[in-house]
This record gives sequence, structure tokens and C-alpha cells, in this order.
Amino acid sequence: MLQITQLSKLFHPGSVDEKIALINVNLQLKPGDFVTVIGSNGAGKSTLMNMISGTLKPDSGTVHIDGNDITDLSEHKRSRWVGRVFQDPMAGTAPHMTIEENLAMAYSRGKRRGLSIGINSGRREMFKEHLRKLGIGLENRLRAKVGTLSGGERQALSLLMATFTEPQILLLDEHTAALDPARAELVTQLTQKIVSELKLTTLMVTHNMEQAIRLGNRLIMMDGGRIILDIHEQEKQQLTIEGLLGEFEQISGHKLSDDRVVLGS
Amino acid sequence: MMNSLLGALESGLLYALMALGVYITFRILDFPDLTVDGSFTTGGAIAAIMITNGVSPWVSTICAFGGGLLAGMITGLIHTKGRINGLLSGILMMIALYSINMRIMGKPNVGLLGEKTIFSSISPLLLMPFVVIAIKLLLDLFFRTELGLALRATGDNQRMIRSFGANTDNTIILGLSLSNGLVALSGALIAQQSQFADISAGIGMIVIGLASVIIGEAIFGARNVFFATLAVVLGSIVYRLVVALALRIEWLEQTDLKVITALIVIIALVLPTVRRSWKQKALARKRSLELVSDAERRSVGGGL
Repeated sequence: MLQITQLSKLFHPGSVDEKIALINVNLQLKPGDFVTVIGSNGAGKSTLMNMISGTLKPDSGTVHIDGNDITDLSEHKRSRWVGRVFQDPMAGTAPHMTIEENLAMAYSRGKRRGLSIGINSGRREMFKEHLRKLGIGLENRLRAKVGTLSGGERQALSLLMATFTEPQILLLDEHTAALDPARAELVTQLTQKIVSELKLTTLMVTHNMEQAIRLGNRLIMMDGGRIILDIHEQEKQQLTIEGLLGEFEQISGHKLSDDRVVLGS
Repeated sequence: MMNSLLGALESGLLYALMALGVYITFRILDFPDLTVDGSFTTGGAIAAIMITNGVSPWVSTICAFGGGLLAGMITGLIHTKGRINGLLSGILMMIALYSINMRIMGKPNVGLLGEKTIFSSISPLLLMPFVVIAIKLLLDLFFRTELGLALRATGDNQRMIRSFGANTDNTIILGLSLSNGLVALSGALIAQQSQFADISAGIGMIVIGLASVIIGEAIFGARNVFFATLAVVLGSIVYRLVVALALRIEWLEQTDLKVITALIVIIALVLPTVRRSWKQKALARKRSLELVSDAERRSVGGGL
């Protein structure tokens, strides 16, 4: 479904801040794979996500989705295949527009936007149906401005907006990191439910070790712009936090240094 | 008195189209577009020169609208494709338009006295309410379409709407075109009403547009697009009323108008911020007192 080949990226080339963000990264995702990504600060996790979404372009290497070479496509063109939830709850929604308007915009993801009216009664019913599944009462607040929602509600809405059109690839970039533990858990559960129901091929960056182990069928660990560990199905089920941290130290030669890392929930 | 009030209503309606244009860039796209000062004149220039050459006033007015669309489009291209700061893009276009407007008119002032204009057969006071309401409703409708939603989201959260596949360069260019089209349309109508087009007609137009938008929002509120555009139209009329009243003050001159306008905008922009920070402070004081007294009560009660 997703194939990343020999992907490299250099930041600030030629300046004193020159920094290698990704070095020859190869990654292949099968349809329905739910991969969690962990790693220290500056390991290249976000850069990898940005390469897939098209926010950044690689210096070398290619990205294929579903057999299409999308390496040179701009972000808005890739959105046909890619759904994304950002870390910042403010980032994934338009705050001064209503819930239904936000959903209508998400519904036209990757399609040509013309002069047909964005919200009709049929769509409104469909939006309500989807919102009801979130179970947080948003279905009764279709005309509320998104800016009036709490961070958790916004993130749940962002998640719905990124997924209800069933993208080929779903990118979750620490999408629970900015929430308090209870809301983070709610959004995590919703994520699990939606991803498994729609069988979405998902890449999720997280700082929460426990979450990284519990969710998904595959776990990759990044350090210094490389993927240093790739753990599949059965092996993943036997992982423990201590084991994972030990493994990291052994391979990378240093401790998992991340000021935000969370060991459990 | 009655006459000057009716006059204010008439100009308010004529300038309302310009204010709607400014609303699109300033409020919806969050883009302070100074092209307006040039494109307003462009509208008047195109309409005046075509009318004096015998073209039907309606066709001339529509062409003026087209000229504004084009000017806005170029500002949009400079900003998005040339990656030049939005404010500067507008200023560059405004300056360039000065020369272009001069070329269109051939001289700094083109009179329309005795020419057949839109308002030859129907008074602006009768025609303009319909024109303004029709354009306002069309805009409201447009902002509910998929394209219109994408345009609004471009000003609200560019990153978000890009991640859903909208080309924000295109929506910015579209918004700027539409805005300047309306501004030029307003310029064309004003030229026909006042029976001349002047090279300096557009000077300060952006500030007048801003004043209308801000006054309208302050008085009538803007909880959704329908009310926001309505507020802009009413704001434009109120602005003209304020100006008409101000000009009745004896020691004020016609040329003081621009400083009055600038003051209105400054006051309207500063007041809400000041009021908000006062409220915030008062709330903070009240809450901290409550919390302190709560804590004291608990420590006195103690033991549990």
C-alpha cells in the first residue's frame, strides 16, 4: 500500500545548522497495517510523516502509494490518498467555521471543489451519523463553531474528518500528545475503533511507549534519521516497555532521550 | 438635513460593494489587500472611458468589474507564485495601477456630464438597494458552496484545508479577484453617480472599506456569513452617516475626512482589545479572590 524507498532528507543544506533528518529510509506497509512509530527527539519521525503527506519533499528516494509514484506531487494533490491528524488540536480544523462546514470540507477531500452547495440535508444526516459514533454528543452541535470545542473534542473531530472518507494512508502525528490523560485515552480508543472498522493502513507517531506497544500490529523505532528496529505481529505482542527501552539502548548506543516520552498511561 | 441623510444612504449603498470586497480579503482571507486603492480607480476609469466612447453603460460597468477581477488576480499571483508578502504585493499592484489607470483614462479626470449612464434612467436610491442585496445574497450563497467553504478555510486554517486537498494558492487568487472585482464595480458606479472618474478617486479607499467592515461588525455583529455581509452593507451606510454628520461641524473641512476615517478605524480596532483585557483582568481578580477565600475556609475547617 505504502512503499518508501531510499528516502533521504537534509535540513538547512550548506549552513551551520545542516542536519540530516532521514538517511536512506526504506519502509513498506501492507494494506491494513497499523504501525506505531517511536524514537528520540530529532529521530526523523515527523520528517517521515511530512514526506508522506507532501509537506516536505525528499532530497532523494521515492514514495509510492497504491502503486502511484507520488514523490513529486504537492500536498494538496496527495490528499486524495492521505488523511492526517496533527498533534496540535488547532491544526486539523477551521476554528471559525461550524462542525458541519468542517465535515463538508473534509468530505470533499481530494475531489474537485465546485459550486455545488457544501451542506445539504442528506449530507447533514450522514455527518450526524458519523458524529454519533464518536459518542461525545457532537451530533447535536452541528452548527457550533469548532473554536468553541475543547481540545479533546476537536481532536476527535479531526480524527473523524481525516478518516470518514477512508484514505489509503492515515497519518497520526502524536495526535493525543497535547491532551490530558483522560481525553488522550478517549481519542486513542476512538482511533483504535475507527482504524480497525475501516481497516485503514495507518502510521502513528507516539511518545507513549505503552500505547506504541498496545496499538497496531507493527512497531518501528527510529533514531538519527534511520529505522533501527522493526517489530512485527507476534513478536510485538510479547513486547514490554523495559524490553523496548533495553533494545533501543543496545542498538543505538544511547538512552532513549526524549523529554516528552511517556512510559505508561 | 433630510437631503444629506438620503445622500449618505445613497453613497453608503454605492460604497457597500467596495466594503464587501474589502470584507472578503480582510476578514475571510485574512489578507490586508491594498490593491483596493488602485482597483477602485480602475473601475471608474474603465467605465468612464467606455461610456464616453459610446458603449452601453451596463456593458461598461461589467467590463469595469472584469478589470477589477484581473487586478486582483495579478496581486494574487504576485503573492502566491512570487512568494511576496501580502501587504507588499498589494502595494506593488496599487502603485502599478496608478500608471495603468492613467493610461486607461489618458488624462487625470474624465467627465461624464451629459453622457448616458446607468443612473440616467433610474435614481441610485431606487436601483442600488436591489443591486446590493442581490450581490450580498449571491456572495452568501457562494460561501456555502464547496469552493466557497475552501476559500473561507484558507483564511481560517490554511494548513488544514491543504491537507484536505484544496490548492490554497488558487483560493487566495480567487478571493483577491472577487474582492477587487467588487471594488472596481463600486468604483464604476460611483463614477457614474458623481459623473466623473478621477485618478485619485481610490486614495484611502482601503481604510474606508475597513471602517465599514469594522463599524458594521461592532454594531450589528457577525455570527455567521449571512449576518457578517449584512453588517458590512449596514456598516458602509453608517459610515456615510457619520461622515455626513461630522461634515456638519463648522470647523471641519472636506479634506479632514481621511483623518476622521483613520481615527474611526483606530478606535474601532482598539476598543474591543482594551475591553477584552479589562474584562480578563476583572475576571482574574474575581476568580483569584474566590480561590483564596475557598482555600482559607478549607484550612480553617480542617481536620477532614
